[in-house]
Amino acid sequence: MKEAKKYMNPYLGGVLLGLVLIVAFWVSGRGLGASGAPKAALVAGINAIAPSHTANTAFYQEYLGGHAHPLKSWLVFEMLGVLVGGFLSGAVAGRLKFKVEKGPNVTSKVRIIFAVFGGILFGFGSQLGRGCTSGSALTGMAVLSAGGFITMAAIFGTAFGMAYFVRKLWL
Amino acid sequence: MGPLIVNEIISSNTNLLIAFFIGIGFGFVLEANGFSSSRRLAGMFYGYDTTVLKVFFTAAITAGIGLLFLSLFGWIDLSFIYINPTFLWSAIGGGVIMGAGFILGGYCPGTSFCAAAIGKLDALAFIGGILIGIVIFMEGYPLWEGFFKAKYMGSPLLSDWLNMSRGLLAFLIAIVAIGMFWVGEWAEKKFARDDYEINQH
Repeated sequence: MKEAKKYMNPYLGGVLLGLVLIVAFWVSGRGLGASGAPKAALVAGINAIAPSHTANTAFYQEYLGGHAHPLKSWLVFEMLGVLVGGFLSGAVAGRLKFKVEKGPNVTSKVRIIFAVFGGILFGFGSQLGRGCTSGSALTGMAVLSAGGFITMAAIFGTAFGMAYFVRKLWL
Repeated sequence: MGPLIVNEIISSNTNLLIAFFIGIGFGFVLEANGFSSSRRLAGMFYGYDTTVLKVFFTAAITAGIGLLFLSLFGWIDLSFIYINPTFLWSAIGGGVIMGAGFILGGYCPGTSFCAAAIGKLDALAFIGGILIGIVIFMEGYPLWEGFFKAKYMGSPLLSDWLNMSRGLLAFLIAIVAIGMFWVGEWAEKKFARDDYEINQH
């Protein structure tokens, strides 16, 4: 197997990511995001399968009232692009491979269970916090939003605080 | 001139098309920096790999200072840039829950999509979890609606709170970031691991 290419220098990577963010501000007047896209897909899906349920549930009424069609949203198109961009980078660098990535001392099964559990928490938290690491923390910091700094500190502070107790997962 | 969409220089459909291309750039840069690797992301919290810190803060500084220069040149009207509203309790509560999800799951939403795109099955599991978590939030919305909407503070800037100009705050953040980069470089040597070789994924 051919060896995967090295990753980019992180400071160069940061500048490039910052430039992508600036383009988003300049073109669309908004920053990057992520968690809004799966939410839009879920609302669209649930609305298609069970329209009577969404018509009678507070959250969906609010959401569908404010959107033309949930899938016709900036974040949905942006996240489709993320899938394509990630795939292209992986293809160029020779990193396309099905695998479960995990710490050296856990089984794949444990890793998957914790990945699902972590995803549930992140999915829920991103809705409660009105955006995830991309939309709230990164974009929020770039525009100097007070809420962005608070959410960023809460995310990274909690993860640092818990790291010792769950070290078996990663070390 | 900017933002183009607000000043009706482009149509809303063009805006969506450009969103797709912006996403490609976003995903490409994330993957090229190894944000598609959960061990690299988790490494941030054990010190053996602080790439997340370096990329994240360099990006925030670049974009933050870049915006101020664009505004200075008259190329963008900052008053049209969307700023997340601040609801204090949910910003903290949501952040704490996300932080727990980050260290347990090894990804955040954007990075999990990026990792799934190159075949990481743990990222696919994480995305499954995200969907469940969002459904729980939406279905149980009346239970946490009060907390969600509590302590609304408008859309304040940190620079307003600290009573300083945007430029000065951006400058101070850059100084702090350089200090953190120095700590990060130190940590990567101090907490280096034999079983973790950077760039080997």
